[in-house]
Amino acid sequence: MASFNVLIAVALFYAVLLFVIAFAAERSAEKGRGGWLRSPLIYTLSLSIYCTAWTFYGAVGYAARSGLEFLTIYLGPTIVMIGWWWILRKLVRIGRSQRITSIADLVSSRFGKSTSLGVIVTLLMVLAATPYLALQLQSVTQSFAVFAAASGHQWEGQDLARVALWVAVGLAIFTILFGTRNLDANERHHGIVMAIAVEAVVKLFALVAVGVFVIWGVAGGPSQMIDMIDASPLSQWDQSTARWVGLTFLSGAAFLTLPRMFQVLVVENADEDHLRTASWAFPLYLLAMSLFVVPIAVVGLDLLSIGANPDLFVLTLPLSLGHNGLAMLSFLGGFSSATSMVIVATIALATMISNHIVTPIWLSSRGPGAVVSGDVRQLVIGARRLAIGGVLFLGYVYYRLSGGGAALAAIGLISFTGAVQVLPAMIGGIFWRGATRLGAIAGILVGLVVWLWTLFLPSFGPDAVIPVEVMYNGPFGLGFLRPEALFNITGMDRQIHAIMWSVTLNSIFFFFVSVLTFPRPLERLQGAQFVNVFEHSEGARAWTTSTAEAEDLLIMAQRILGSAEAQDLFLIEAQRQGKQGYLPEVTPDFVQVLERELAGSVGAATAHAMVGQFVQGASVSVEDLIAVADEAAQILEYSNRLEAKSAEQERTARQLREANEKLTALSIQKDAFLSQISHELRTPMTSIRAFSEILGEGGMTPDQLTRYSGIIHTEAVRLTRLLDDLLDLSVLENGQVTLNIQRGTVRDMLDRAVSAAAAGKAMTILRKLGDEALVLETDVDRLTQVFINLISNAQKYCDADRPVLRIDLHRASAGWVLDFTDNGSGIPKQSQQVIFEKFSRLTDHRKAGGAGLGLAICREIMVRLGGEISYLPGQGGAAFRVVLPGAH
Amino acid sequence: MGKRVLVIEDEPNIIEAISFILSRDGWTVHTHADGASANAKIRTTPPDLVILDVMLPGKSGFDILRDLRADDETASIPVLMLTARGQTRDREMAQRLGVTQFMTKPFSNAEVLESVRTLVAG
Amino acid sequence: MVKAPAKLTFLERAGYRRRRMRDVARVLPLIGALLFCVPLLWPRKSPYGPGTADAMIYLFVVWSVLIGLNALLTRYLGQDADHKTETQ
Repeated sequence: MASFNVLIAVALFYAVLLFVIAFAAERSAEKGRGGWLRSPLIYTLSLSIYCTAWTFYGAVGYAARSGLEFLTIYLGPTIVMIGWWWILRKLVRIGRSQRITSIADLVSSRFGKSTSLGVIVTLLMVLAATPYLALQLQSVTQSFAVFAAASGHQWEGQDLARVALWVAVGLAIFTILFGTRNLDANERHHGIVMAIAVEAVVKLFALVAVGVFVIWGVAGGPSQMIDMIDASPLSQWDQSTARWVGLTFLSGAAFLTLPRMFQVLVVENADEDHLRTASWAFPLYLLAMSLFVVPIAVVGLDLLSIGANPDLFVLTLPLSLGHNGLAMLSFLGGFSSATSMVIVATIALATMISNHIVTPIWLSSRGPGAVVSGDVRQLVIGARRLAIGGVLFLGYVYYRLSGGGAALAAIGLISFTGAVQVLPAMIGGIFWRGATRLGAIAGILVGLVVWLWTLFLPSFGPDAVIPVEVMYNGPFGLGFLRPEALFNITGMDRQIHAIMWSVTLNSIFFFFVSVLTFPRPLERLQGAQFVNVFEHSEGARAWTTSTAEAEDLLIMAQRILGSAEAQDLFLIEAQRQGKQGYLPEVTPDFVQVLERELAGSVGAATAHAMVGQFVQGASVSVEDLIAVADEAAQILEYSNRLEAKSAEQERTARQLREANEKLTALSIQKDAFLSQISHELRTPMTSIRAFSEILGEGGMTPDQLTRYSGIIHTEAVRLTRLLDDLLDLSVLENGQVTLNIQRGTVRDMLDRAVSAAAAGKAMTILRKLGDEALVLETDVDRLTQVFINLISNAQKYCDADRPVLRIDLHRASAGWVLDFTDNGSGIPKQSQQVIFEKFSRLTDHRKAGGAGLGLAICREIMVRLGGEISYLPGQGGAAFRVVLPGAH
Repeated sequence: MGKRVLVIEDEPNIIEAISFILSRDGWTVHTHADGASANAKIRTTPPDLVILDVMLPGKSGFDILRDLRADDETASIPVLMLTARGQTRDREMAQRLGVTQFMTKPFSNAEVLESVRTLVAG
Repeated sequence: MVKAPAKLTFLERAGYRRRRMRDVARVLPLIGALLFCVPLLWPRKSPYGPGTADAMIYLFVVWSVLIGLNALLTRYLGQDADHKTETQ
């Protein structure tokens, strides 16, 4: 007998293995070696989360009860995959071009970035997924119970519940660890995708192994197997046409609309080309998963006792024949099926909940400006973690409420029917420009209500939610509203009845409300972009003018995308526009790009609302929309081009003006250079001369003597320093400097710089240790000089009550960088351009005590060393970024 | 009590030197280090003489001088301007704006004292 | 750039073939759906007609053929480098 303890050990070992695989995949992706993680094969395998415990255990049970009907669940997706050219190709393209994060985001984004649609679809999907999650918990629990029974422990309800709870907790931890490490839902779940791919192989291998064992080990070969089928209770072909067609449609539709399928099909898709491979490879996977189902069912019915649960034949068959190793493998297959589904489904649902429910509520409760002051990133990640726990908890509650006894297949179909209610809005949305937001809302709500009434609520059993009386006579005696016989149409299969009515009424409402209502401008814009995604991927812009400040947008973007990514985005745009630094011109195009990037993290509706807080009143108008209307396309094409041209000219003019301003400023400074030097030299000289005359006249008290000679001394030192700086700068500028290249760690240089600058006023310096062991091959003394300058600058200029300077070493796209960020009020935008020029002092220069040459020297040093120094806007206080040269 | 001199200058050591020289000679010396509020200060407590630096934080000495001359209440106050830049252009500018006397740093103490005496007496 | 006329004909022909292959890609799922429904036309519970085993073999054969055809087709469409930008 298989020891139950061995099973627990194997399951734990397997879970640890998945952790290691996920972790290794994350690590290799972080190091940029993750290319192989995004191959067509991995993509195809990740789609296998369609095959859950419902497939692994339930299909055999289904076949044992209803013959070949179980195949409909795999034929539907097969047809959809083979017809990828129609729908999936378009969905994937839209998903990528609009940075769609979930099925709710797709619908919301298509219908004018509607918040209400996002909420409705999210709630619907959470509701629909709950039975399905319960199903997974139920199957894992049952499989544990089988082994417990085999080793002599008959489990009671309490034991089962406890196992289900532990499984749910374990899954929540795994999903939170690997599913919410990054905020961007768009591309970065390498760890999870890899773990799923491994699980896909394990479950296929396990099922095929049991199948091969059954055909060749038990039946004695394929022809004997056929004979066994012919002799079994399933031998006769007696398939209901309505169920065959209805369920094929249902599974094909659910394949497109289930949040977890959308997640792997569209959101995690790295390359449209992968779809081509998956379009035949995934049906092949499904075929392989289905091939042995009937043989296993037939042999199970033949060999096992009448009372045996057919849902567990895959497990109990090898066990009863004494093949413990095979049973163990089969257990792992089922465990894989259940866990991979739960992980992806909870991630997809958590993304939807955080993007479409939590963030909008938070945004509207905080009012304008919240995106700048609040910590959106933490909020979103926190919301996702909570949602993962919450969704799994709901699944657990459903499992407890439903008693955990129902057939797996029946539970699965309830979920499918719920998810499919999004289909009309989704298909209508991507093929029909006339679909409107109100139409989509009406259709989905009607479908939702019909589904709840005819299938979901009755699933809790008679009298649990809907009283038996209502089931038989309808609510308030209204017979035509009976949950299982709407409009007095009886004699239909319960399942087909629910699918037929919910989808039909849903589509009718969707169509007619769409036809009767008029879309808002943004809906029309998005509609055109979705429907014609292959024609113009660019399309009209949702923003026509922009009054936003680049720095505000950068602050917001950093809070959502993370500092490094936001800075890269802004830097690239600024470079594209030919500007220095991190702040590009805020053009409507750039706002569009930014909104899309944000949408990849928080969904289209939220991103639009956030950007809208900065770019008020400039959203698209009906007139702008004519740009996408077919009739006027040509004229507008032309006027668009004119507009683009004039915008281009305006931008060029602005750049010229800016360059000119800078040149003027520079030449004025060059002109004034001598007069500046004169001023800087004469000022200390004045004090020296005046006090030496005073001292020369005699008659001072000893105190006065000390004080005045002290002043003379200080001013003489100041004069010397100024001359040193001037010489230093001129040597650097003329390129006559000889570099003394050595190796040194960043830590040592910073240590020296901090102690050299420590003479200034008290300031807390926070350093991120650990990373600082980085070795540089450069002129160590010169680089240290830059650090000293930056630290003492912060000491002089930081105006916070408790000045704090953070020194942070990390990798950015430019290489290794060292950020010096203080908590003062920072440097105003108009001054950021000139701080690196000579003699540019922004505040009271007496306080500074220098001549305004420090940063100019820093810049020259960095140029000589082959590094870079720049001002980093949008960090709260003043922040300087040093791109380190010669890093190893 | 001696006559009142207002020194508008932001370099503390120079302020100290001028204050020392003048108070030893019997003048009452007030000092002010900020350019932006200098005109208001002159208006509220009009001195007998203003000693004005050019490079000031907030507002330059030239701007202060122009505003001072434009204001009837302060237009007649004599102004001794001290500058470390000392270019001809600065001198011309100061004269156009109605400076009473212009002097470059570094100065001799005796020279400053002499000028102050002359300007207030005249 | 001027191309030789013979080459143009050849290119046109290849382009034309690709178009038709795309049409096949569109029709294939419909054919599949119809073929999957064929067993519904068979007699039910008939001792002489086909049984579950026959239906199973039929369905898996159709399924395999569809997969094979689709694999060939996507490989062919894959050579169509401009499929990402062209219009429907």
